[in-house]
Amino acid sequence: MTEFLSLESAIAANVHDGDVVALEGFTHLIPFAAGHEIIRQRRRDLTLVRLTPDLICDQLIGAGCARKMVFSWGGNPGVGSLHRFRDAVEHDWPQAIELDEHTHAGLANRFVAGAAGLPFAVLRAYAGTDVALQSSTIASVTCPFTGEVLAAVAALRPDVTVIHAQQADREGNVRLWGITGVQKESVLAASRAVVTVEEIVDDFSDDRNAVVLPSWTVTAVAHVPGGCYPSYASGYSERDNDYYEAWDELSRDRTVFEDWLEHEVYDLGSV
Amino acid sequence: MKSNFSTDEIMTIAASRELAGARSCFVGIGLPSIAANLARSLHASGLVLVYESGTIGAKPTRLPLSIGDGELARTADVVVSVPEIFNYWLQPGRIDVGMLSGAQVDRFANLNTTVIGSYERPEVRLPGAGGAPEIATACPRTIIVMRQSKRTFVENLDYLTTVGFGDGTGARARLGMPGAGPSVLISDLGIFRPDVETCEMNLTSIHPGVNVADVRDATGWALKVSGELVETAKPTDEELDCLRRLNNGSSAKATN
Repeated sequence: MTEFLSLESAIAANVHDGDVVALEGFTHLIPFAAGHEIIRQRRRDLTLVRLTPDLICDQLIGAGCARKMVFSWGGNPGVGSLHRFRDAVEHDWPQAIELDEHTHAGLANRFVAGAAGLPFAVLRAYAGTDVALQSSTIASVTCPFTGEVLAAVAALRPDVTVIHAQQADREGNVRLWGITGVQKESVLAASRAVVTVEEIVDDFSDDRNAVVLPSWTVTAVAHVPGGCYPSYASGYSERDNDYYEAWDELSRDRTVFEDWLEHEVYDLGSV
Repeated sequence: MKSNFSTDEIMTIAASRELAGARSCFVGIGLPSIAANLARSLHASGLVLVYESGTIGAKPTRLPLSIGDGELARTADVVVSVPEIFNYWLQPGRIDVGMLSGAQVDRFANLNTTVIGSYERPEVRLPGAGGAPEIATACPRTIIVMRQSKRTFVENLDYLTTVGFGDGTGARARLGMPGAGPSVLISDLGIFRPDVETCEMNLTSIHPGVNVADVRDATGWALKVSGELVETAKPTDEELDCLRRLNNGSSAKATN
């Protein structure tokens, strides 16, 4: 059953050094506040998993939390590079980072297999690319019915998945809507799930087709309004595109980044 | 000769013209998104724009900065999850056209969006694959839009992220790729189409004010020029006005 915890307690209880941590949310509903709490708690040697690492993984990598990154598109959307990610790959700063790199479809299907309790997923992908050669979690499989050779991707089962959602009810059922990415699959694939929410409501509306994660699939809920800023929560906030553009400049320089980390993350303390 | 349009403008407009008659387009952010939105404003008003964030039938009134902007979700016919957009919509070939860009392209329209230099210790670490490899696999045809120089049109890719025609004729069939592959590669200098026999991208149209020698100088392989080379039609006032309105109303820089 879901526990209602402070963000600090939810991260302390569920994210440990060396864990495989998925932080999902496709442009929308990115769990930034939880990411910052992981930085504040100085977690180390994490394997971060995100289709689009986005600024949240750039920050975690720059802060020295990550040993490995499993991902499929590592840019600042519409702006350019993730400079902290690049610095880690190109110059081992603040430490070397191992990559397991996929396509969106491949990584999404790794979560699908994890959620389905299967060892792998099948898709028509990767043939002829260098992507297939670089990853130990991509192989091929022959269809027993047609003989077609298809890609197989290994199931991904994070130790913990962290997401941000619009609402939880008082039982701890979670509801999110709009662009829902791979949140459902990444939560169901994980051993534990931490959800930060914009709002805790008495009752959901009658709409049972919005993505609902029943309370018994969620380990902890923390009430963190604005917890996805500078990404957005449909119905609650707008994406701060200026922040994404400003990050390009701010994150280029190690010293400027470390100053940002000190003042905007460590000094703020837990929410 | 001073023209009233930029090289980027004619590239984007030429790309938008390729979408005439298409029902649906799987759109990457940057140049492809601008071209697809221009097509929808001009000559393909019913064009269904599909973004990998799961937004199907997005009708943005301003250019999105990211593929997951709220504007895309708000104006979409339906929003689906990421596994669903790839598994149910893209993979079976339901989306007519894919529009892609890249950091490097070779003569067989294969793309690199992963690294410049070696994979283990790259000079430049680029974002990676995203949705492009499966778009290039599954869409019945793809359109590639990218700015041209010797650094981007290369003899050998540093990394093969997305297959166009692989190593040439027959490669797509051998690799089990159902789509027909790139129908056109559009740069800021000209337009390239695959040779019927070899699948090599040959120069078939040259933008006004550009010489064949300019294109050769900006191509890293021994460029073949079509015997029926034509000049790309100049942008009309309507095309230019519409593109400039889109760019001015944009929250995005035209990144690629």
